[in-house]
Amino acid sequence: MALLETRGLTAAYGDFQALFGVDITVGAGETIAIIGANGAGKTTLMRSISGVLANAPASILYRDEPIGALLAPDILSRGIAMVPEGRKLFPSLSVEENLQIGKYGRKVDGPWTLDSIFALFPILKERRNNPATALSGGQQQMVAIGRGLMSNPEVLLCDEISLGLAPVVVRDIYAAFPSIRETGASIVIVEQDIAQALKVADRVYCMMEGRVTLTGRSSDLSRDDIHKAYFGTEHHELA
Amino acid sequence: MNWLDTILQGVLLGGLYALFAAGLSLVFGIMRLVNLAHGDMIVLAAFLILVLVTTLGLNPFIAALIAMPLMFAIGWALQYFLLNRTLGKDILPPLLVTFGLSIVIQNGLLESFSADSRRVFAGSLESASVNLGPVTAGIMPLMTFFSAVTVIVCLNQLIYRTSVGRAFRATSDDPVTAGLMGIRPQRIFAMATGLAMVVVTIAALYLGTRANFDPTSGPS
Repeated sequence: MALLETRGLTAAYGDFQALFGVDITVGAGETIAIIGANGAGKTTLMRSISGVLANAPASILYRDEPIGALLAPDILSRGIAMVPEGRKLFPSLSVEENLQIGKYGRKVDGPWTLDSIFALFPILKERRNNPATALSGGQQQMVAIGRGLMSNPEVLLCDEISLGLAPVVVRDIYAAFPSIRETGASIVIVEQDIAQALKVADRVYCMMEGRVTLTGRSSDLSRDDIHKAYFGTEHHELA
Repeated sequence: MNWLDTILQGVLLGGLYALFAAGLSLVFGIMRLVNLAHGDMIVLAAFLILVLVTTLGLNPFIAALIAMPLMFAIGWALQYFLLNRTLGKDILPPLLVTFGLSIVIQNGLLESFSADSRRVFAGSLESASVNLGPVTAGIMPLMTFFSAVTVIVCLNQLIYRTSVGRAFRATSDDPVTAGLMGIRPQRIFAMATGLAMVVVTIAALYLGTRANFDPTSGPS
């Protein structure tokens, strides 16, 4: 049984339709990656699931409950947390306060506490009293992920967590994902970095122009399949 | 020592203005909402205290304690059902609505209490004073000043030391992302305005016992 599912999900910004009947499923404990170029609709999909954008109730199901029309706080209280694109840390809060506020709307016991977040990202403990936005981009991303984990979510939505970061920093951040998976949480990663996404995901959905153009297990998809689904053209090696 | 007396009275009067400003700045700091009806809310609270004092024969301080939750409820409802609808990128709607609210409150009070000036009597406290070396300070101005300091310290502790305070700051920074943390910005804004109205009630207590007020005193 799918833990989280979208059925024919559509979304629009005014007259501009961004999603055209997107169907995805996320199983319990599963990590899936959603890849696609800019404008493919990945972030809109995340915003829809997390309750930032309102949708038809039955277009998103969580444990078979229609949640499409719920607001973001209601979605979080059910166990779906979001690490938003661009980190979106609160400038007036310190690192520790940014982490603490992650559990404001869902206070449940679980593996993730302030101490376990500091164990996962030790640098944050050293900077706990600094303003969160005074940190480097990579450290800010760690705070954003830690903030998402503080509510001990059953599903963690990660939107473009490698955006604007150096490859070595991205590697450090992705190194934390096995620990997150061990807790049994399902993870949905939105990525433009195909190689990174394929490394961590059990399954991949590729999106283009608001539609899912390819889906399959990461190990089963060929580079050509992904290239065609990602760009809409055949893959040609450069001479 | 006239100059010392003048400085002391000025500082103590500053306590009253600090109480006026604390509620206003709480609302502006969290919502970026300029409440043009803030002064009228103070006068409304002063009339509420006056009614409790005259009809129930209560001590003004007890009356203020009763008025606080009532004013909190008024502020909460005002923000939740009216002012939240005006918030957005454009600063004009809240200005227009609170300006209109100011007129509504003034005319409502005029209809209910007439244009006569009123005052809340605090008994012997009004004329009580204490010698501070070469100068003498009134007990009420001293209480006003220390109430202002207490209110500001309490607000500071609330905002910087509590979970609700973190929610205030986070919502002020980014209401959409705050929603992803489980914060309901509409309720946080309502709570902030309710809290501001509690501070307004304290200000109204000292305004009402210090000077005359009438329904149109708010804007001034």
